[in-house]
Amino acid sequence: MAGIERRLIRLRTLVHVIAPRAGKAVPEGFRRLIAIEDVSKRYADGTVAVDRLSLQIPDRSITVLVGPSGCGKTTTLRMINRMIEPSSGTIRVDGEDVRARPVNTLRRSMGYVIQNAGLFQHRTILDNIATVPRLLGWSRQRARERAAELMERVGLDPAMARRYPYQLSGGQQQRVGVARALAADPPILLMDEPFSAVDPVVRRGLQEELLRIQGELGKAIVFVTHDMDEAITVGDRIAVLRTGGRLAQFAAPDEILSSPADPFVEEFLGSDRGIRGLSFLSTRDLELDRSRVFSVGSDLREISGRAPEGVPVLVTDADGRPLGWADPGSWDGDVEALEPHGPVFEVGRDSLRVALDRAVLSPTGQAVGVDGSGKVLGVAGQETVAAAIRSARRRRAADAPQEAPAVKAGR
Amino acid sequence: MNGFFDIPSDLQHSYGGLIAVHMQEALFPVLAGLLLALPVGLLCVHYGWLYAPLLWTSTVLYAIPSIAFFVVLIDYTGLTQLTVMIPLCLYSLVVLVPAVVDGIRSVPEETNAAATAMGIGLARRYFQVQLPIAVPAIMAGLRVATASSISLVSVGALIGNQGGLGNLLTTAQLYGRPRLAVTSVVTTAVLAIVIDALLVLLRRVLTPWQPPSGRAAGRSADVAARTPEGVS
Ligand SMILES: Nc1ncnc2c1ncn2[C@@H]1O[C@H](COP(=O)(O)OP(=O)(O)OP(=O)(O)O)[C@@H](O)[C@H]1O
Ligand SMILES: [Mg+2]
Repeated sequence: MAGIERRLIRLRTLVHVIAPRAGKAVPEGFRRLIAIEDVSKRYADGTVAVDRLSLQIPDRSITVLVGPSGCGKTTTLRMINRMIEPSSGTIRVDGEDVRARPVNTLRRSMGYVIQNAGLFQHRTILDNIATVPRLLGWSRQRARERAAELMERVGLDPAMARRYPYQLSGGQQQRVGVARALAADPPILLMDEPFSAVDPVVRRGLQEELLRIQGELGKAIVFVTHDMDEAITVGDRIAVLRTGGRLAQFAAPDEILSSPADPFVEEFLGSDRGIRGLSFLSTRDLELDRSRVFSVGSDLREISGRAPEGVPVLVTDADGRPLGWADPGSWDGDVEALEPHGPVFEVGRDSLRVALDRAVLSPTGQAVGVDGSGKVLGVAGQETVAAAIRSARRRRAADAPQEAPAVKAGR
Repeated sequence: MNGFFDIPSDLQHSYGGLIAVHMQEALFPVLAGLLLALPVGLLCVHYGWLYAPLLWTSTVLYAIPSIAFFVVLIDYTGLTQLTVMIPLCLYSLVVLVPAVVDGIRSVPEETNAAATAMGIGLARRYFQVQLPIAVPAIMAGLRVATASSISLVSVGALIGNQGGLGNLLTTAQLYGRPRLAVTSVVTTAVLAIVIDALLVLLRRVLTPWQPPSGRAAGRSADVAARTPEGVS
């Protein structure tokens, strides 16, 4: 998916939040919002799974609950749809206590996705997805049409409609799980480690897909994971829970990375939070060096005249696409003899983390920046990237009182 | 045909008639047992403490020879087919209740959680989710119960010719016609095999959602369930 498209989607999401929504008048500040107010859960055996937790989960955003195993993430999630009743405290949706509605009506208004999908193994994919619409009294025909529509939305081949769950891969089953949760178009989506049972590549794809779907649908999503990387990737806001069900920090991903609230959060982030934080800084303002880029047709003498002796230059084809590095003193014009340029980064779309990574991987220490069509815009060395990081941090610190940005900078 | 199929008139049935009686006496108890086992099994899953004492009681019942049942039942139900079918029904419960319980317990935790999360009520969940997923286990139990019931009906011959094809065994002794005994044994065996094949077919029709490897696993489970059999 093109990064620009994703940013547009996020932007649209933002506009939706700001724009007043038509329809039922809901008091300001309660617009489809899950409010967890001072909620505790003590199980019968005395285990305190959640301890006086308060969270405001806004509409049209992904709120991630993250923390070590047993810290009460599942318990918190299940208290929202009343699969588990809190011992004390209140949970409200749109300002209304969740206990005010019949429990099954409440649950049908919230999609739920779990690890391993929890599909009904005795039903076809189509009928699995159609479950909640059928429960809501839709005709079989209409429910199936809706299910087919959702299969497309989550990127499943329509040919799979008549298959049974055992005939699908783990990743495909997980997509069905998401489609099933979305079937009745619930305003709220609860996801409990939905992607943790699939391999990293598939997980990456599912996360991208979730962000795309969220961009289109704009649900209030509560997403549970114990993987901080996943939390950073999908979350608009992250609630870090510590063992015993206490809230350690609730903030936007980049804020958590740049200023963890306490040693627990810092340790949970791992040793490379500095590098990971770069994911949130754009390459848009990175200063690119064009003086070391030459088209393949250029006169060799011109090259050696402009570039200092011993400094490698990047040679591109006639269309501006990178071919490889050359030493201007010794290169004889043979394209085959160029040193491979390695992976490139897309200026504006990729983050400074990617740019730094490319610079580290590059044989010359220079990262190659290209535009959307693959044409070279310039090169940037590790020093240049480091300078850009420092200035982006300074700018961010100056903007600190502002709301966290809704737009994430690329991969 | 050489005395295999001319049935003495005192049995009051033709060869085909005997088969019909035999099937009726064998299959009705299993059917009744299944109808009983479904709610009882559900109760056992719901109230876990019920299961152990129930299993224990039914195992004791299984250990009682059918002839003992007949002695007690004759006072109430006389020399009728019912007297034969009541113990058979009890025997089938010994297999079917655990089959239903195992079947419902085989529903993965995630599936139940998903059902609850989607707002599927308890009754609906039982009929639309748990029972269909329990079908392979229930069918495995049904095959064992049916096969043993078909072989056990013959004991009914002890109480005034109520043993279907088993009556041929008594007659064979009485008239000194061993060929009738062969007819009895072979026919019973063939019936058991045919019914078993039909049940396998039924399961395939009911569970198109099972992976082929799952079917193989189901078969070996059948075999395992069959081994402790042989008590009569
Ligand atoms: N039914 C229960 N009875 C007693 N204790 C429970 C019950 N369910 C969960 N717990 C305990 O409550 C705590 C929180 O459990 P929970 O399932 O919410 O953790 P989690 O954060 O989802 O963990 P994981 O990442 O391993 O899924 C754990 O210590 C767990 O042992
Ligand atoms: Mg959990």
